[in-house]
Amino acid sequence: MRREEVQERLGRLELPFNAYGVDPYGVSRWHLGVMFEVQAFFYRNYFRVKCHGIEHVPARGRAMLVGNHSGGVAVDGAMVVSSCFLEANPPRLAQAMAEKFIGAMPLASVWASRCGHFTGLPENAQRLLEDERLLLVFPEGARGTAKLYPQRYDLVDFGTGFMRLALKTRTPIIPFGFLGGGSAIPTVANLYGLGRALGMPYVPVTPYLLPLPLPVPLEIHYGEPLVFEGTGNEEDSVIQGYVEQVKARIAGIIEQRRHERWQGGVKP
Amino acid sequence: MRVLILGITGAVARRVAMNLHARKHTVVGIDTRPWPGAPKGIEVHVEDLRKRAAEDLFRTRRPEAVVHMATVTSLRVQGEERHRINLGGTRVVFEHCQAYGVKHAVFVGRHTFYGAAPDSALYHTEDEPPKELASFPELADLVAADLYASTALWRTPELATSVLRVCYTLGPSAKGTLATFLRGRRVPLVAGYDPLFQFMHEDDVASAIVRTVEKRPRGIFNVAGPQPLPLSVIVRQAQRIGVPLPLAVLRQLIGRFGLPRLPPGALNHLKYPIVVDARSFHAATDFRHQYDEIQTVQSFLEANPPPPPHREQVRQRLETLGVMKR
Repeated sequence: MRREEVQERLGRLELPFNAYGVDPYGVSRWHLGVMFEVQAFFYRNYFRVKCHGIEHVPARGRAMLVGNHSGGVAVDGAMVVSSCFLEANPPRLAQAMAEKFIGAMPLASVWASRCGHFTGLPENAQRLLEDERLLLVFPEGARGTAKLYPQRYDLVDFGTGFMRLALKTRTPIIPFGFLGGGSAIPTVANLYGLGRALGMPYVPVTPYLLPLPLPVPLEIHYGEPLVFEGTGNEEDSVIQGYVEQVKARIAGIIEQRRHERWQGGVKP
Repeated sequence: MRVLILGITGAVARRVAMNLHARKHTVVGIDTRPWPGAPKGIEVHVEDLRKRAAEDLFRTRRPEAVVHMATVTSLRVQGEERHRINLGGTRVVFEHCQAYGVKHAVFVGRHTFYGAAPDSALYHTEDEPPKELASFPELADLVAADLYASTALWRTPELATSVLRVCYTLGPSAKGTLATFLRGRRVPLVAGYDPLFQFMHEDDVASAIVRTVEKRPRGIFNVAGPQPLPLSVIVRQAQRIGVPLPLAVLRQLIGRFGLPRLPPGALNHLKYPIVVDARSFHAATDFRHQYDEIQTVQSFLEANPPPPPHREQVRQRLETLGVMKR
């Protein structure tokens, strides 16, 4: 059933695939099919992801999903991408801005780029937005995934590049809160030396040593789009103010949901 | 218009010459290689463009436009001589253009100028600097020639200069870097990598150059046609066998066992993509490609079917010699 559903949704994905099933960025229908079949299992059966507010993700046109990083590896990114594919109508491909080290890694670089996730460069992001794609950005960067278990709901400093880009390309920002990633991969330490040796920022360590995710229920909450007016060339203080608004919105979503969970259910 | 084409016997340059000739331009060409059977009306001179005889052609024929396609890659010429051809030749061309009142110079360069790197933007724009020259020194003279041609934009403002950075060409002639790479039965790939390759049909490249000659746009332009494809897809559609090998192994085997010869620096181009953004060129010249990526690969395949297996080749040879009978 999963295969049929994924193939049906792939057929409705509004990307300009050519006869070889490849789009102008090298995104491959075949690779997406394999990836989403695997991720649909994790999304539905392993993590039992609850997605709220998917209607805030526009059906077509440029938009930027901006949210909190959570968990030592990119489980959050994979589940957000899956939610846009499995829950949105028509399905959309959220394209993440990947860390630079992924572009240099064998296999990982191929799979990332064939599935639409390119190195996090402003040029790549701008081009995708101008091409009316859906961009996924974690402004906390690698510092966000490096959060240890006790800080799992905290937000570290946001970069400002995403805001300048949103202003420059007149892109709405859809804030989202991701909950549960810190429990799925409860990081107790990060091995920065080993990471450097392997060409990565760090290697997360869990109480059971390996950074394999536990079958913990995850939640994604999309908020209403935020639209900022400007050119992208504003003073740093202005940009920082806008970024703080986005950060506060994401923190608000997380806090609200934690409070609701504490009370035992999602409020209407 | 009187057009002088340098390096006229190349596969694309011939198409440019014939295209310009068909459009009633006067075409004169220089190359060190002859063009047997050149169409009547196209004047071909077998000369080295750095020699006096080539300068005489500038003086006597007084071309209004010069198309410089007389650069070579490391696949054709090795070492110092390649530097002399690419850099020395380009310098001479622009000196002659200035001295003999040429109005428009077209330098046909390559998109590999940008270099292949994991942290490069997927679509390169014209204002980006070259990357990764340290790991691919065989590319340095072509990059230097490109930059030298680009400086003509401000050194000689009276000369309209168009610097074209053209992506790989593919087509029936099977000439060019990508076609040479795909010519054999087996095509080496770097295991774990599958870069995007951007290519155009030879006829489209020729018509892009002809359009440049006629529209005379000043500046540096990336030239590309259809969308890029992953290398593995091109190999598969060209009915070749992709052989993914670890980089260290590939470095040792390249040029042996029927695998194509490549400079070591070129192996980076089998790992990371070089794709160019050609929107400026399209805006300046209104150029639109005629062949899409599927037709382009197909045209290469039809003219160059994969060679039969080695065992079959030996059998055919023995049958030809009469040693074996089928």
